[in-house]
Amino acid sequence: MRMAFRSFMRALWAVIWKDLAGEMRSRELLSAMLVFSLLVILIFNFALELKTNARAEVTAGVLWATFAFAGTLGLNRSMAVEKDRGCLDGLLLAPVDRSAIFFGKAIANLCFILLVAIIVLPVYSVLYNQNLFVPGLIGVIVMGSTGYIVVGTLLSAMAVQARTRDILLPILLFPIAIPVLVAAVKASSGFLLRLPYTEIQPWLNLIAAYDVVFIAVAFMVFDYVVEE
Amino acid sequence: MFKNQPRALILLNWISLGMLVAAILMVFGYAPVEAVMGPVQKIFYFHVATAWVGMLGFLVAVISGIAYLIRPRKNMDISGLAAIEIGLVFLAIAIVTGSIWARPAWGTWWTWDPRLTTASIVELVYLAYLMLRQGIEDPDRRARFGAVYAILGFISVPLTFISIRLFRTIHPVLIGSSDPSAQGTFNMTPSMLQTFLFSLLTFSVLFATLLWHRIRLGQLEDRVDQMKMQAE
Amino acid sequence: MIYVKHLVKRFGIKVILRGLDFTVSPGEFVALLGPNGAGKTTFLRILSSLSRPTMGEVSIAGHVLPGDASGVRRRLGYVSHLPLLYGDLTAEENLLFYGKMYGVENLSQRISEVLEMVGLTSRRFDLVRIFSRGMQQRLAIGRAILHDPDVLLLDEPHTGLDQDACAMLDGVLRQVAVRGRTVVMTSHDLARAADLATRFDILSLGRIQASIHSDDLPQDGLLAFYRTTISDAAGAKSIQAGVS
Repeated sequence: MRMAFRSFMRALWAVIWKDLAGEMRSRELLSAMLVFSLLVILIFNFALELKTNARAEVTAGVLWATFAFAGTLGLNRSMAVEKDRGCLDGLLLAPVDRSAIFFGKAIANLCFILLVAIIVLPVYSVLYNQNLFVPGLIGVIVMGSTGYIVVGTLLSAMAVQARTRDILLPILLFPIAIPVLVAAVKASSGFLLRLPYTEIQPWLNLIAAYDVVFIAVAFMVFDYVVEE
Repeated sequence: MFKNQPRALILLNWISLGMLVAAILMVFGYAPVEAVMGPVQKIFYFHVATAWVGMLGFLVAVISGIAYLIRPRKNMDISGLAAIEIGLVFLAIAIVTGSIWARPAWGTWWTWDPRLTTASIVELVYLAYLMLRQGIEDPDRRARFGAVYAILGFISVPLTFISIRLFRTIHPVLIGSSDPSAQGTFNMTPSMLQTFLFSLLTFSVLFATLLWHRIRLGQLEDRVDQMKMQAE
Repeated sequence: MIYVKHLVKRFGIKVILRGLDFTVSPGEFVALLGPNGAGKTTFLRILSSLSRPTMGEVSIAGHVLPGDASGVRRRLGYVSHLPLLYGDLTAEENLLFYGKMYGVENLSQRISEVLEMVGLTSRRFDLVRIFSRGMQQRLAIGRAILHDPDVLLLDEPHTGLDQDACAMLDGVLRQVAVRGRTVVMTSHDLARAADLATRFDILSLGRIQASIHSDDLPQDGLLAFYRTTISDAAGAKSIQAGVS
């Protein structure tokens, strides 16, 4: 039992390390996500006529739309790397639990989107003269991204095996991610508007429920997605 | 026309037809015209029934999906796809009829009410399901991915509903707690309730009939493919 | 070591393997020959645990597939058509990653050994992305033998390699074979196969049609043996079709 746990953790770290080390070298995925995020924010600036001192509700919406779009870009890329030189087979050949592979990929993807958030938040703060360094908001970003990325990692593993792989992921992911995105937007704007905690709590509960449910389901079905 | 269909299915065809006619007669002949909204309220009987069939379809699909993952059988894949196709059509009818009702009741074709919004998101989830299946060549993988996605989609539905419900609702809540702020609410007379329940039953039977037909179609398709393979 | 009985693999309604029987004793080096589309790759993917059998029994080193897949995976190395390597990692990092996945002991020492064997010691800090096809294949072989597997499966390992790389590969394979490991290799290159293998099995129309030990094979007789087997199998099939 302890042996099994140690080999699980070893495999988990190996997968995370491999993704981060590769990315730190090429920076393909992060730079694409980052530039894309800034472009999305720029487009929203004109589309919604965001003024400096943009309203908090709009800010939350713009931020989450940005994360969602940049997220699909990163998820697609991260799984395409596994498919390109047949690496997914390499992972599956290893005598490790499939969930170690899944959670390794998911945690690496989460790191990428949080890194993007770390850069996007201060930029947005400066551009729209709004202090986004609210601890609650940071918490919501971590919680909301977790659910989004877990479902996204699972679906990207399916999308990458389809003929229509690049266009499929957002179509599969967005309708299922709506609850966590809605809740994350409302919770974020709640914190930005300094609403009382009791008004934000239902949204946080919903995000937590989404995270727990989908982590559990992804854990159960990942085998069926990668095995032949 | 019914050649080659099993006896029970032929019987079910006629029962569905008979019940559908009876339900229409009940809606227009038996149930009274609602006092406030007038005749447009009659759409409600089929509106709720079609929405119910939609959800029934997705429920059957998720059960088929789980069954398929436990033990892969072609029939489970066929029934999952069949149920989702039927569910999509009926939920679409429910959205359209709801919209027809919403116009006089709320004065607008479309509102971002939780049920309506959830229903449209559910349609998108299952359209995505069809697109996923289309993108995969290997039939076994297609079946497996379909099963997984049907499960994910089904689980997301209540969460989507809750998330949108937390926004305020104007949809009439007919059964259970009555929300005084909801517009378009009405009290059902016994004859209305009977008509309503009979419509639900009718559409459930109709669902079973269509599902059976669609599964048979899937099995026949499969047999044609097999024969083609053998002919090669 | 490898025991396969009545293996059937279907993709949907397409039958790739139709009741294949295959047994390999420990230490044998089997060359699996056959025309394109015979199902060689599918068969190796099933042996490697990547693909599940539709029907039939498969067991490797006493571990039954697909139930005890992790037992099989631990003792198995696999070289596929694709290198299974990460372009953004160096040669060393790739081996480091796979070594951790397999829980290899004394990993850094083992990596040096393996790099030496496949002749990539001087390229250990280079990114795999800039490797040529041949060098990627060398590293792919290094990856497959990193955890010193009892069974090595190779899917046309000579494809795309130049003379030097082929010689290196043959050297590595001989070393593996000398150490009593079991090897199953698919190949189109009859000459190389004849050079290396101790047994030749011919896979065609979803079954092993014939099997011959290298000692029983007349000098330069592999090509003739291969041709007669394939044409016999095709003939038998057309007769069958004519009867039915």
